[in-house]
Amino acid sequence: MVDWASLWTIYGWPLTVMVGQIMLVLMSVLISIAFLLLADRKIWAAVMLRRGPNVVGPFGLLQSFADFGKFILKEIIIPDAANKGVFLLAPVVTVVLAFIAWAVIPFADGWVISDINVGMLYIFAISSLGVYGIIMAGWASNSKYPFLGALRSAAQMVSYEVSIGFVIVTVLLLAGSLNLSDIVRAQKTVWFFIPLFPMFVIFLILALAETNRPPFDLAEAESELVAGYMTEYSSVPYLLLMLGEYLNIVLMCAMATILFLGGWLPPFDVAPFTWVPEVIWFVLKMLLIFFYFAMVKAFVPRYRYDQLMRLGWKVFLPISLAWVVLTAGVLVTFDLAP
Amino acid sequence: MAFLDRGARSLFLGEFVSSFILAMKYFFKPKATLNYPYEKGALSPRFRGEHALRRYPNGEERCIACKLCEAICPAQAITIEAGPRQDDGSRRTVRYDIDMTKCIYCGFCQEACPVDAIVEGPNFEFAVETREELFYDKERLLANGDRWEYEISKNIELDAPYR
Repeated sequence: MVDWASLWTIYGWPLTVMVGQIMLVLMSVLISIAFLLLADRKIWAAVMLRRGPNVVGPFGLLQSFADFGKFILKEIIIPDAANKGVFLLAPVVTVVLAFIAWAVIPFADGWVISDINVGMLYIFAISSLGVYGIIMAGWASNSKYPFLGALRSAAQMVSYEVSIGFVIVTVLLLAGSLNLSDIVRAQKTVWFFIPLFPMFVIFLILALAETNRPPFDLAEAESELVAGYMTEYSSVPYLLLMLGEYLNIVLMCAMATILFLGGWLPPFDVAPFTWVPEVIWFVLKMLLIFFYFAMVKAFVPRYRYDQLMRLGWKVFLPISLAWVVLTAGVLVTFDLAP
Repeated sequence: MAFLDRGARSLFLGEFVSSFILAMKYFFKPKATLNYPYEKGALSPRFRGEHALRRYPNGEERCIACKLCEAICPAQAITIEAGPRQDDGSRRTVRYDIDMTKCIYCGFCQEACPVDAIVEGPNFEFAVETREELFYDKERLLANGDRWEYEISKNIELDAPYR
């Protein structure tokens, strides 16, 4: 005799809650992506003295949804020479990897799907895997430009991931935990971007490189490689690649917020600031970083490939490594390590 | 010392910060874009847009089928057949076709016309969904003339001192 009531309380209800949480995060992230995409285009346009999309809905607010409809309704074209399975798998891999990283992002105190103690390591692992989607897309397209784009992207992400790892290590030294919520709580007294300002700046630059944004967008350099690894894609697979890219950008914004800008913490721990809900602070800080992302796209020229490699290995790597040693040294010398 | 100066500048992202500030200045500048379908730029009276066949104020069509426009058309977009009209036997066009897909909008036809019958009006928004719709016949051109007569006559008047 199965005890349905206890089965429900032990497995059923927690599962329902979990699925509910996941759906809530997915939906809110997706909807905010729709508007952030528009914001990206609008900011880019504003710097160029253009208006940007302004016809669909008030101020063009529904533009992303119109684009979505268009992507859905178009025909999926698969090139003859493409490796069909991998070609279609690549966008799925990209978008799934971009989504699952959100599982450990704390939007406010306790507002996190899985509050695991290796959260930072998990995010790092997931974002390293992200390059597979791009390589698969480029290779499976079986065409020159996508292949070149994928190779560039792979080399770029691998070389910049090393430095970003060191940046994260400095934060971890200060926070004394890999749990993202604990990292935020460790910034109660002072946000980490103040003691680690150079690391913050380097993180912002590396985040651009990690997400293939200008000036590091060699993987999809439209003036040389058409659209890089996305060249052969159309319709829904293209939409997924695009979505994965923007999810990674927003994830990087969230990461910068959590690691350096004190996550959900208000800027000052006094009355008018503490009235604002924590999640609002989190979103505001993310928007600030996103604004930076969108602005940078508008005014930087693209790096040449050798400059990109030089910057990654000869500038960022030594500086970030030096700062890891320096931070660790200071923490040990003055016995400040948590 | 120049080495140190340059090093410090690149380390503190001097160029990046200054360009960021510049970009922010442009961000708040008024937009240069014309909000096109709702807002249109000024057109010169000499603007050469969609063709039209005009009529005299009494309703008589101007074209006398002299075929000068057909002769001068560099793209050979115009086809005319002439013949006497049924009721009064005057020389008129039986057929006046312009292939708008061939036309290069050079304006030679309106220059050649001795009676200001064929003109290129100010309308440039005549996009259609099929190729066939761009093969204009006499009826269509006369309808254009009736529709745009006010603007066309005004433009001719404005441009008259320079001709």
